[in-house]
Amino acid sequence: MFWQMEQETLKRAKLEALQLKRLKQTLKRVYDNVPFYQKAFTRCKVKPVSLKSVKDIEKFPFTTREDLQANYPDGLLACGREDIVRLHTSSGTTGKPKAVFFTKADLDNSANLIARCLVATGCTKHDVLQNMMSYGLFTGGLVMHYGAEKLGMLIIPSAVGNTDRQIMLMQDFGTTTLHLTPSYALYLASHFEAKGINPAKDLKLKRAFMGAEPYTEETRLKLESSMGIEVFNSYGLTEMNGPGVAFECTEKNGMHIWEDNFIVEIVDPATGKQLPDGEYGELVLTTINREGMPIIRYRTRDITAIDPVRCACGRTHVRIKRIHGRADDMFIIRGVNIYPQQIEQVLMSVNGVGKNYQIVLESSEDMTIKVEFAKGYFDGNLDNLNTLRGTLLDRLKAAILVRPKVELAEPGTLPVSEGKSKRVIDNRKVY
Amino acid sequence: MKNIKQLSIFAENKPGKLEHITKVFEENKINILAFNIASQGDFGIMRFIVDKPEKALEAFKKAGFTISMNEVFAIEMEDKPGGFHNVAQFIAKSGLNIENAYVLIEKDRQGALLICDIKDTEKAKKAL
Repeated sequence: MFWQMEQETLKRAKLEALQLKRLKQTLKRVYDNVPFYQKAFTRCKVKPVSLKSVKDIEKFPFTTREDLQANYPDGLLACGREDIVRLHTSSGTTGKPKAVFFTKADLDNSANLIARCLVATGCTKHDVLQNMMSYGLFTGGLVMHYGAEKLGMLIIPSAVGNTDRQIMLMQDFGTTTLHLTPSYALYLASHFEAKGINPAKDLKLKRAFMGAEPYTEETRLKLESSMGIEVFNSYGLTEMNGPGVAFECTEKNGMHIWEDNFIVEIVDPATGKQLPDGEYGELVLTTINREGMPIIRYRTRDITAIDPVRCACGRTHVRIKRIHGRADDMFIIRGVNIYPQQIEQVLMSVNGVGKNYQIVLESSEDMTIKVEFAKGYFDGNLDNLNTLRGTLLDRLKAAILVRPKVELAEPGTLPVSEGKSKRVIDNRKVY
Repeated sequence: MKNIKQLSIFAENKPGKLEHITKVFEENKINILAFNIASQGDFGIMRFIVDKPEKALEAFKKAGFTISMNEVFAIEMEDKPGGFHNVAQFIAKSGLNIENAYVLIEKDRQGALLICDIKDTEKAKKAL
């Protein structure tokens, strides 16, 4: 099943020709209309006409998150303010937020990209989507909403929080599809358990889309079996429309990234040099089908790799691997680079571990990992708890090369937020 | 020798945790006959012998505690010098390994019970 079959299954040669044409148009558009890009191109001694092939994009300068912040609020607009119909911002944990603008055509286009993703996971107009993402400046709510509406699904704009009401909506309106963050999904799963609801039997859920935070394959499997659904990985970022930049199809083996809308590069985060397909590095994206605010070679800070192998689903657009982590999430303990996802992967693969954990960074030398043991795991035996802790210590040491402290906690005692979770608590005093 | 039911409650080492537990016993009018605390750094397990174990199990579950119930052995000892030694001798001869043990003094003070948590239940049943 396809939403825009022709575009989604375009032969590679045709797809690449389309990319070149759109990339040329985009470079010209920003050079002519955005002083920031005109200056940046001049500094790199390039002009839009310097681009002869898509590969030549290497010669053009990167755009960083700092550039977006420096040009806040509307320095990167490539059209008149009167043609803009929507504003979204990305949470600015450091300094100013990043503002992104959409024209009418941009909104329509992003809705089509979302519709492609939804159909790729098996959604039809008969499905009911409960959109458990924050509505507002964050793209996860509204941008997904417009895409699902385009497909003709019934959308329940339930947004985040109020878990009891979320469950009531699922029961009353026969929700088949969820869009939510992995940490909220974990919370929801334990809430079902506490309320004695068996989602596989008592609800009509078929699938969930999870994005906005990285999570591991182990977490996916855990959620799939505990809720009796299929979980599809999704990837997006506000700067690139929000959700629906890349999405898994029913093959569930990497996320298709819509190459007729984005040029995909993987670069070495330290040197900025392009890396060959299959190697992990920082994802760099260029919008080539955007009017309001095109962005050239955006450093996403997300670590992934390109999988160029043709997918069995028939889509010709390349896939990217599950996001390994954000270049920014990485922390250093005893001189070793550690991504929180490495820790999660270990925790979720050990029998007896529950759904919740916290990583507390104590100093540049020490960290404590607090882990809930699974409900029903406790049998009064101290040895079992010690064995569990020992197994975790050994496996963590093997995976991250540093021996952390491990504290076991009762199920349901570690704090969970109903939105993006705060799994890493940084108590280090580093200034 | 008889089998009796023991409750084990998981407890983080935090001020006030014991008080939370004893409150549940008090509110449900459950009498504690013996108890023991095994601490393991940041957490511990508290073990209780009570007069109404099933009722206590339900009450603690309802109150959100992590609790489990299992059968332990209660070995009668004479309440006099050498009483414990006799039992220890017997346990050693039988080759039993005790995970955890504590004493329950009976109300009439005629004897005492050694509460033993023994992993190899079958072997213990034969010996005792």
